[in-house]
Amino acid sequence: MASSHISVRKTDNLIRIDFIDRNILDELNIHQIGEEILKVVESEFRPKVVVVFKNVEHMSSAAFGTLMKVNERVKARDGQLRLCQITPRIHEAFVMTKLNRIFSISDTYETAVASFV
Amino acid sequence: MANSVKAFRCEHTLRDLREGLEHVHQEAEAALAAHGFDDGAKFAIRLAIEEAVVNAFRHGNRSDPKKSVHFRAYIDDTRASFEVEDEGPGFDPATIPDPTEDENLEIPSGRGVMLIKAYMTEVEYVPPGNLLRMTYRKPA
Repeated sequence: MASSHISVRKTDNLIRIDFIDRNILDELNIHQIGEEILKVVESEFRPKVVVVFKNVEHMSSAAFGTLMKVNERVKARDGQLRLCQITPRIHEAFVMTKLNRIFSISDTYETAVASFV
Repeated sequence: MANSVKAFRCEHTLRDLREGLEHVHQEAEAALAAHGFDDGAKFAIRLAIEEAVVNAFRHGNRSDPKKSVHFRAYIDDTRASFEVEDEGPGFDPATIPDPTEDENLEIPSGRGVMLIKAYMTEVEYVPPGNLLRMTYRKPA
């Protein structure tokens, strides 16, 4: 079995997801990452999910697509998704694609958690 | 003034998406560093190569294992140019919906071509659309 690309910390329905490698959000791994995140999300009702981009240096359209699927699934479970600690270059890609209007993006993990309603 | 490092050229026939992408990323990254491209340029070019090669395999060749993708690169101190050619029938890029329009924002796919155009200086799809030429030029 392939090794995991994410680390998950759960406290009640608060789920923190960190990426382990720098280039994980590229085409080579994104499908596996998407499956791993969806599995975690679907284990909770009303999940409050924070995806931390601290270690991520590269992004692709496949990764955007995966995040959008995760967002849909979280909403379907009456949950909320936050993204945080995104590097300026990757944030620029969110702005360019206007996906910053779809996702709620925070500077830090703490502000992301504080933004849950 | 003459270039301090000899221009980099390569040509590859990629038969496997995963292996091919890894190989061209590594090669391009080394050549871009040798020719003084900054981190912002390297990010942009890596993204464009990724989108172009993935599209060629997935959409151009429709993941047909009998078909290959042809990758060519030229990198010197002023520009990085790439050609990505698939063995499919081609397509008209004008038919791709704009993913930044409100009605398309929530569609999970269709952002690859837009990102290539946003990050590269020049982008051309040569008819019938199975050959992509793209160039990143260092700012003057």
